[in-house]
Amino acid sequence: MKKLNRRQFIQRSGAFVAAASLPVSLVEIAFGKDHPQNFTFGFISDSHITHIKGKEFVRNWDQGLKRAVAEANLMDPKPDFIVYGGDLAQLGKPEEIDHALDMLSGLRAPVKYVMGEHDYYVDLGAHWRKRLGPDHYSFDHKGVHFIVLNSILTYKDWMHKNWKTGMDRMKQMARLDNPNGSPFMVGEEQRRWMKKDLAGVAHDTPVVVLSHSPLQKIYKGWNFWTEDAEKIHALLKPYKKATVLYGHVHQIQYNQIDNISFHSVMATAWPWPYPASYAQGVSHIPKLTVPMNRADPFFERDATGWQFINLHSGKVDLNYVLWENNKNRVVRFDPDKGHPVDTEYQDPAKRIPPQEHY
Amino acid sequence: MKKQRAQSTILKILSLGTAMSLTCAVWADEFTQEDLQRWNQEFMAAVKTGDKLFHGGLGNANTVSCDQCHPNGANTHPETYPKFQQQLGKVVTIGEMINWCIQNPLEGKPLALDDPKMVALQAYIYWERRNVPLQPGKH
Ligand SMILES: [Fe+2]
Ligand SMILES: [Fe+2]
Repeated sequence: MKKLNRRQFIQRSGAFVAAASLPVSLVEIAFGKDHPQNFTFGFISDSHITHIKGKEFVRNWDQGLKRAVAEANLMDPKPDFIVYGGDLAQLGKPEEIDHALDMLSGLRAPVKYVMGEHDYYVDLGAHWRKRLGPDHYSFDHKGVHFIVLNSILTYKDWMHKNWKTGMDRMKQMARLDNPNGSPFMVGEEQRRWMKKDLAGVAHDTPVVVLSHSPLQKIYKGWNFWTEDAEKIHALLKPYKKATVLYGHVHQIQYNQIDNISFHSVMATAWPWPYPASYAQGVSHIPKLTVPMNRADPFFERDATGWQFINLHSGKVDLNYVLWENNKNRVVRFDPDKGHPVDTEYQDPAKRIPPQEHY
Repeated sequence: MKKQRAQSTILKILSLGTAMSLTCAVWADEFTQEDLQRWNQEFMAAVKTGDKLFHGGLGNANTVSCDQCHPNGANTHPETYPKFQQQLGKVVTIGEMINWCIQNPLEGKPLALDDPKMVALQAYIYWERRNVPLQPGKH
């Protein structure tokens, strides 16, 4: 497959226009020379690349990923690495994963990949692992310990039900509002691995967990949910600085549960409504969260985007680079309050009409 | 025998008469539990059809489906229509907005506003939004 060079990438995604709006100065402030441990990484997620037939893919979703790649390459200073938060593909087809990775190969930084359910349920992650390696692993970077989990597993009897084909199973899991779906979980095997992995990590080391599902219980009906969330929280309990970053929800969410800060990231493909806007459901969206603006469907990329994350002193500043009508947002850990706050809209008096979801 | 035949003749005449407003007025509210059940079944059948169309049943070439952005029909706000759709610059019904979605993100062909598929899509969307008060015109 043909790789695009940097210039082709930028030309094809119209990123010259977007470059002017990148909040680059924020990065520079945090990159002061007296804090050599501060660093920034990019976060791209949920591109849902969809194969139609032959060499045809859904144009809309391709555009989102191309734009994120082009803009992330413009970050100055350069990010130390990029995290991809899962759901490269829509139906886990090799064509989709390969096409997505082809576009991502234009990134000028190493990429850490997280498994999403849309990458997994057709072949239980075989093609993804063939291209990208293990689906759970850990690494250390400038004094921070990162743990990557495959959090989109589910009960074994659902996974190994009498499915006619893997694609049959994939299509069931791909439907967010499927009443016959099955809740996400990390599972015992990975939890045991995580416990062992953390055994050598001092309790004052900042720990960042990267997962696809929220590692919280927000709304089961759409799998904004992780069945064994509390067990993961328990493993993180001894750490003073613990953060979970997740994809899957295609919207802004943030929360604080005891010692753990939670932040979601946006999709490059399309936004999802907040669960509370489903009149027949019961949602537990974190009270702390100031929602993203309601999307204007007439702007194809509205309420999608990517983010860069500033890890100063081991806690997260999350900078949402949002496209079209949604203004960029910054959600930052506030050490006095002990939880993340939106730097502009946290005060209820400051909120704006488009943030009302109903 | 004779009596039965006479009765059935009367019934035939009466049923012919249902086309006339006078007879209708007499019978208008005389429906049974069974009628109610059947009418509800008819409606729920449309909801079910709409549910399938909404979840990938429209056969549009790019395979994108309504539920990809609107799980359980959320964020469609049927209770706010008709309303001034600021992007279109006029007051529209939800059917027109559904067609906009079919033509743009779904890259498909619009439906006639009385196409049974259009009616079914609306039955599903409204059903998922049941018990929410009407708010016509709300943005
Ligand atoms: Fe996703
Ligand atoms: Fe997902």
